[in-house]
Amino acid sequence: MGGLTGDAPLAPDGAPAVEDDAADLTDDTPYALPWRVGTVVERRRETPTALTLVLDVPGWRGALAGQHVDVRLTAEDGYSTQRSYSLASSGTMGLPTGMPDDDRIALTVQVVDDGEVSPYLTEDVVVGDQLELRGPVGHWFVWHPTDPHPVQLVAGGSGLVPLMSMVRTRARARSVAPFRLLVSARTPTDAIYDDELAAAGPGVDVTRVWTRRAPVGWDGPVGRVDAARLEAACFPPDERAHVFVCGPTPFVETVADLLVDLGHDPDRIKTERFGPTGP
Amino acid sequence: MALISRGFRGKREADPRLPPGQYLERGFPVLSAGPTPRADLSTWTFSIGGADGPRATWSWAELTALPADDVVKDIHCVTKWTKLDTSWRGVSLDRLLDAVVVADDEQYALAHCDGGYTTNVPLADLRGGQAWIAYEYDGAPLPPEHGGPARLLVPHLYFWKSAKWVRRIDLLTDDEWGFWEKLGYHQYGDPWKEQRYWGD
Repeated sequence: MGGLTGDAPLAPDGAPAVEDDAADLTDDTPYALPWRVGTVVERRRETPTALTLVLDVPGWRGALAGQHVDVRLTAEDGYSTQRSYSLASSGTMGLPTGMPDDDRIALTVQVVDDGEVSPYLTEDVVVGDQLELRGPVGHWFVWHPTDPHPVQLVAGGSGLVPLMSMVRTRARARSVAPFRLLVSARTPTDAIYDDELAAAGPGVDVTRVWTRRAPVGWDGPVGRVDAARLEAACFPPDERAHVFVCGPTPFVETVADLLVDLGHDPDRIKTERFGPTGP
Repeated sequence: MALISRGFRGKREADPRLPPGQYLERGFPVLSAGPTPRADLSTWTFSIGGADGPRATWSWAELTALPADDVVKDIHCVTKWTKLDTSWRGVSLDRLLDAVVVADDEQYALAHCDGGYTTNVPLADLRGGQAWIAYEYDGAPLPPEHGGPARLLVPHLYFWKSAKWVRRIDLLTDDEWGFWEKLGYHQYGDPWKEQRYWGD
């Protein structure tokens, strides 16, 4: 399949001129990624186990929606470790001409049980602290804000973070590309960005899946996403939407397989998985 | 000197086999750019060729009938995890490359995979007991999400070079960047030099 070769992956039938514009903005000329220092300017609790850190990063080169950054922590004796986090803030690259850029980024960190970095970022970091980071990284799982085609987002748990960046970028760029988002969470307590998604406005159609417990008043099913719910919530295959699926590995494996079975072109499905296949 | 992270201590799972910037992982994370392809072993083939087309092709039965190596290797993912002592069974690229004529000026290789994935590796890195076409992991058939039925295994480079679902290796006179190499990742990917991204 040509879609993964990087030659002309996103050129669908029709609208070639706009696709070409988007292709010009892929930022695919090699560049170095130096470590930068970001200062925490805001901490925002999303759920009992997830926190958003807003950082001011002088010299930040901007990012496309869906990209991530590496964060490096260093102890006093020089021990250091790194992790990758998706950007939650809107992308600032490839925006329509004249829209302002800025040096602020947001990372949403989900605490990993027995983790080394996420407990520090969510519990110990305070406003004014500095963090080393570099990025943006990854030019595959990205949405270009001048691309007019429908976009299908499917999120499992904190896999919503890079997809929220796409939703926020759509608003920032005043894009009218039709978006649909299916977001799966265990319970309402685990749902990040809930209020913001509830107010997402026209053009962003949000479908909720609750796998363990639904909010009071919910009259739909409770349980994992299945073929019927995917079919009902997603753009049909003939709309040739760009599909972005992000979440834990078993979730992404299940959803991507079901979408292919439903007739979606594997070339148009981009995935980002985290965590192991199983115990 | 790096910026000190106030109050950070870390878990300090130091191990001399851990390259810089890596942490120990006990599970086996999955990273793929798209849906997992499903192969039909009755029509599956693996070939080595060049600009002139395939020079040798093996069916699944032929490949798995070749003498195989059982190897235990540490694997290093560019997303920072390292998994120690992973067990694989597969056919050495030394053996497979012996079956084809390689021109003196063909110093580069580009692996092609089901799903369209590609990755470039210098030919020298596929020789000398450093690379395999692996089809078993931990004593069982390699699961599809981990690259089954067969993947390239080049464990001395970051693991994106160990291309899942590999079907063909082309020998080239010029280095041609693969999928992730065009999308921001390092063209060589030595974990001990922390060659993660462009310019590292």
